Amino acid sequence: MSNLLVLLPYIAILSITITSLGLLTARDWRWFIVLLAIQYAGIAALTSSALPLEMAITKMVTGWMSAGVLGIAIASVPSSWRLEGRFWPTGRIFRFLAALLVFIAVFTAVPKLVELLPQTPLPLLNGGMLLISMGLLNLGLTAQPLRVSVGLLTVLGGFEIIYASVETSILVAGLLAGVNLGIGLIGAYMITAPEMEQEYE
Amino acid sequence: MSTPIIWILIPLIIGIILFFIRRWYRITVLIGAIVALLLGLSAIVLPLNVLIKLGPVAFKINASINVLGRTLILDDQVSPLVALIYILAAFWFSAAFEARAGRMFVPIGLILIAIGIAALAVKPFLYAALFLELGVLITILLILPPGNHPGRGAIRYLIFQTFGTPFILMTGWLLAGVESSPGNLELVIQASVLLGFGFIFMLAIFPFHSWVPMIAEEAHPYAAGFIFFFLPLLVLLFGLNFIDQYAWLRQSEEVYVALRLAGVIMTCIAGFWAAFDRHLGRIMGFASLTGIGAMLLAVSTSPSMELFFAMQVPRALSLAVWALSLSILQRRAFKIQPTTINIDPNNHPQNTTPTPKESLRFENIHGLGRKMPLAATSVTLAALSFAGYPIAAGFPIFQAIWRNLAGQSTIYAVLALIGSLSIGIGCLRSLAALFIGKRIDSWELNEHWFSATFLIIGNLLILILGLFPQWILPYAAAISKIFSQITASPLAP
Repeated sequence: MSNLLVLLPYIAILSITITSLGLLTARDWRWFIVLLAIQYAGIAALTSSALPLEMAITKMVTGWMSAGVLGIAIASVPSSWRLEGRFWPTGRIFRFLAALLVFIAVFTAVPKLVELLPQTPLPLLNGGMLLISMGLLNLGLTAQPLRVSVGLLTVLGGFEIIYASVETSILVAGLLAGVNLGIGLIGAYMITAPEMEQEYE
Repeated sequence: MSTPIIWILIPLIIGIILFFIRRWYRITVLIGAIVALLLGLSAIVLPLNVLIKLGPVAFKINASINVLGRTLILDDQVSPLVALIYILAAFWFSAAFEARAGRMFVPIGLILIAIGIAALAVKPFLYAALFLELGVLITILLILPPGNHPGRGAIRYLIFQTFGTPFILMTGWLLAGVESSPGNLELVIQASVLLGFGFIFMLAIFPFHSWVPMIAEEAHPYAAGFIFFFLPLLVLLFGLNFIDQYAWLRQSEEVYVALRLAGVIMTCIAGFWAAFDRHLGRIMGFASLTGIGAMLLAVSTSPSMELFFAMQVPRALSLAVWALSLSILQRRAFKIQPTTINIDPNNHPQNTTPTPKESLRFENIHGLGRKMPLAATSVTLAALSFAGYPIAAGFPIFQAIWRNLAGQSTIYAVLALIGSLSIGIGCLRSLAALFIGKRIDSWELNEHWFSATFLIIGNLLILILGLFPQWILPYAAAISKIFSQITASPLAP
């Protein structure tokens, strides 16, 4: 059991590496939502080493709620997902290679970042920076509302991992949960807005 | 009873109720404007921490409330600022129906203001970044009304504003270290860089400004104007809190130099773009960027924050009249354009119906000024006032900014002046586009009498405030006392 606890951060990093790569390359929105939910489990596992377990679980539940809201929205307007362009620079191979570059950059830079953030444990820094970088990459390659929302949630998730090691306030945790949920809701609104009835005047 | 309940919770609840009853458009506008006005007046007249007796009932209004282990404080010192914000909000809400700003405008606007006041009240103030982010999220509903596709501007706005929050929160943590060891230069530099990046994103400072003209083009002009007024104001108040709280920031000459440089870049570059754009909404967007620059200049050049607070009244007035006029012109342009039929070279008739987004392009407004002379004149006057032209409301403020700036750097003063002159060029081009048509139409006054009343009152206020600034501006300037450390600091610029 204790071995598992020691390995937990590394398992979490592996899981968020896979999920963030999946979020960058996935073309089926169902996979997208599932991967986002798994990513939040990874975020909770990583933050649990710095925060009380109940606060870490709150982050996971909030993330799942955001993923759920986005999933419901895209399921009700699947046409918005089909509108996404599929020209070559954003193809899977390009995205995979870009992600590979990001992984190399992150794992090279993190040992130096430890000097700037000495109280943040290395696994948290690795996981946080990985998610921030992958989220930024995702945001840079798309303007589709679902991908943008997931990109923002990924960036914020990465930040929350790092911030958990320096700030444990309940109000901040609550507000960050509100922001995560807000991004999910606004993402869902942006997906469904074109199909909504116009409000005249 | 406490002030955070009165000025945060009550408007929040009313905003949410108005959101659900928004089908009664006129009623929501009326209630929203009255509630905002009453809240503004209550901030002026309500005595805090004093036993109030109303017949058999006696109660005291406290200045603070505890939420999740943290405190929200709105005391006597902050209440004039709360009053200013709510009165300006009431001013914006009152013309929302005439502008047809959307059924969500007043409810969401009221919620945004409540969240903004919460951002001013929360202690430690660093958490305000999260409140502001929540405010940004709900403004998406203003930018993107139901039935519309999200444009690039809305998405960029969401991304850039969200990026700012982590930077500010991390800065807060670093600042605690700087306070305990102010001699640690490395830590000071790290904190300053993070803080700078946070505010560059949140204030749409060059090169992260692109969402502003995009939103000005995509969104309803009145909703865009409302966001362009309130969001930078709330963010800058948050920024001033940093300077007020941390002595090393307050006493650092580099901070004021950086603010001055950012201000000059914003006014000059955005003004230049405004001069050459061909969309009335985008010109307002670029002018709003110069407004942000002017606020940065006011903060960095004034010996106190008086100029910064005084400029909010003419800024609100000019931007509201400008946005209202554009809304009226857009409605008219959108209404008359579908009848325009072009014949292409192959003799196939083509309907050239512009979208609402396109209806404010120069090519779609030719001659519109002859049909809507009051709205067209108001666009011009409001734009000139916003840029600080003589006898209009903005002039006394801009004159003071240019004078202060010239005392510190002549080149900067000239560049800032060029920024304002460039908006004037954009304004003249707009005027030409509005009044010169392919055919000479007769002059008609087609504005609805209620819209005309609003425009005439707005224009008169712009002129009166320009001619008699001493009637209102000193009251707004006095709010600067809330930043007691900045105003008291002998090292402030």
